[in-house]
Amino acid sequence: MAPGRLMLYALLVLVALYYLAPLYVMLTTSVKSLDEIRQGNLLDFPLAPTGAAWSKAWSAACTGVRCEGLAPYFWNSMRMAIPAVLISSLIGSVNGYVLAHWRFPGHNVVFTALMVGCFIPFQVVILPMARLLGMAGLANTTTGLVLVHIIYGIAFTTLFFRNYYVTVPDELVNAARIDGAGFFLIYRRIIFPLSLPIFMVSFIWQFTQIWNDFLFGVVFGGADAQPVTVALNNLVNTSTGVTEYNVNMAAAIIAALPTLAIYLVAGKYFVRGLTAGAVKG
Amino acid sequence: MSATPLNAAGPRTAGGARPSVRPPVQSGSRFGALADAWLPRLVLSPTIIASLVFVYGFIALTAWLSLTESRMMPKFELAGFGQYERLFELDRWWTAAANLGIFGALFILFCLAIGLGLAILLDQRIRHEGALRAIYLYPMALSFIVTGAAWKWILNPGLGLEKMMHDWGFANFTFDWLVDPDMAIYTVVIAGVWQSSGFVMALFLAGLRSVDDSIIKAAMVDGASLPTIYRRIVIPSLRPVFFSVLLVLAHIAIKSFDLVMALTAGGPGTSSDVPAIFMYQFSFTRGQLGLGAASAMMMLATVLAVLVPLMYLETKGARHGR
Repeated sequence: MAPGRLMLYALLVLVALYYLAPLYVMLTTSVKSLDEIRQGNLLDFPLAPTGAAWSKAWSAACTGVRCEGLAPYFWNSMRMAIPAVLISSLIGSVNGYVLAHWRFPGHNVVFTALMVGCFIPFQVVILPMARLLGMAGLANTTTGLVLVHIIYGIAFTTLFFRNYYVTVPDELVNAARIDGAGFFLIYRRIIFPLSLPIFMVSFIWQFTQIWNDFLFGVVFGGADAQPVTVALNNLVNTSTGVTEYNVNMAAAIIAALPTLAIYLVAGKYFVRGLTAGAVKG
Repeated sequence: MSATPLNAAGPRTAGGARPSVRPPVQSGSRFGALADAWLPRLVLSPTIIASLVFVYGFIALTAWLSLTESRMMPKFELAGFGQYERLFELDRWWTAAANLGIFGALFILFCLAIGLGLAILLDQRIRHEGALRAIYLYPMALSFIVTGAAWKWILNPGLGLEKMMHDWGFANFTFDWLVDPDMAIYTVVIAGVWQSSGFVMALFLAGLRSVDDSIIKAAMVDGASLPTIYRRIVIPSLRPVFFSVLLVLAHIAIKSFDLVMALTAGGPGTSSDVPAIFMYQFSFTRGQLGLGAASAMMMLATVLAVLVPLMYLETKGARHGR
């Protein structure tokens, strides 16, 4: 191989190691004992791997005042993310269908107005939202969080589906109309069956966004509906007692596991979601 | 995976005129025609209403709140711009604003440079490109809280990177930015760039792949070197991708809350505070709703000040044909 090519590969591999290093450090730290952490250094391979930190992170570590580990919060996140992802994707799909194939006067204004929801910093809506959830009796509940994620997720999902559905030829839809098919029949028979790839993108993007969210979780989650990101932050930033880095790292991996798994299994759709999301800005 | 930036209508709608509501020819019943005219609007209306209330209405409410004397409980009598005056007199606000400037500028700069560099390197017909790309991109699947937790451990002066270098024989090596009030904000840059630069790489790579091959081949025939081709032809044609990337990165930077929370929690003291943390703490832990609302409005203003000109330039560029 030419020296230039060799340099190129060396550089690329070096950069890859840089990106992988934190994951390696997290994994190895999570199976070390505290003694081993204090004596060895960051990159040392664990000599006596133990799962103790993992079981503590899962079921016994203290996040703030409660010491039940990350498990309850992990399930909170699941209970929050799954319905929010499904509902926001479904609504986005029907919205996208309307915006792509059932034009009405002013549809462009409506679309642009909806897209603003992707751009605003959410800090500008959380105070009224907190009050509304409080008045509706949904403050500090998973239902409240699901609602918030659906509302602010629709702008993204609508964008995804609309941009996908405009690639479905008009002729297909118009031919069905001439044959007398109505609005919902066309959706059910023509549009929906074509939608699997974009549903995948929407599911994965929304799941990642909602699972990884911190702001809504910390503001609206309260003590009982806290998602796993908030619990992890409380664990890592607890200032009392000895900092158990191995437990922290195990907890961080637990909190990252669902999205990492999705990335490994369906990375293709994840990247499509990212790039589609970037198109929106 | 096209990286065509969005302008409101989208590229496909510009050309072909679409019949707005076309009556079904054979559906027969007047009810059917009526349903087809109104169902689409009916279906979309909950979303439109939700957007009017939860986006526009709530922004208006926050703006209103920022003009009142609300503290622990919201008050609704307008009281002028007192909260903004108080905000601008707070040193802590200016620390947060300055930190956002430092973080935003460096974060965007490094992400752009690393992302573009990696994309160009990966564009050289690399074996195992897929695997490398996947490795560069995986941090994007993690939450900023996880990223923050990981880097908080790595950058920890007592046990992390610093101790590693000591063990390796560099006894004088110090790296205590995490606990140094003057340097803490730069650790946020390190973690942020690690998290987002792979994503920038992916966008640029998609852009590079869509550059017209024939122009490059023509330039090669003319004897232009590879660096020249990239500098003169390829990179200029990535203009729209630059806009998308800038939009996204600026957006991430201005909203950055989780990463700072997990990594430094705004500390030591308030030295790595950013507006998002300022807003959260004054609104929810210090019971200063009016001040929190004012700071939120300032964040919105910042987003608009960055995004609107960018979008304008972008759509103008698109109209003049790239």
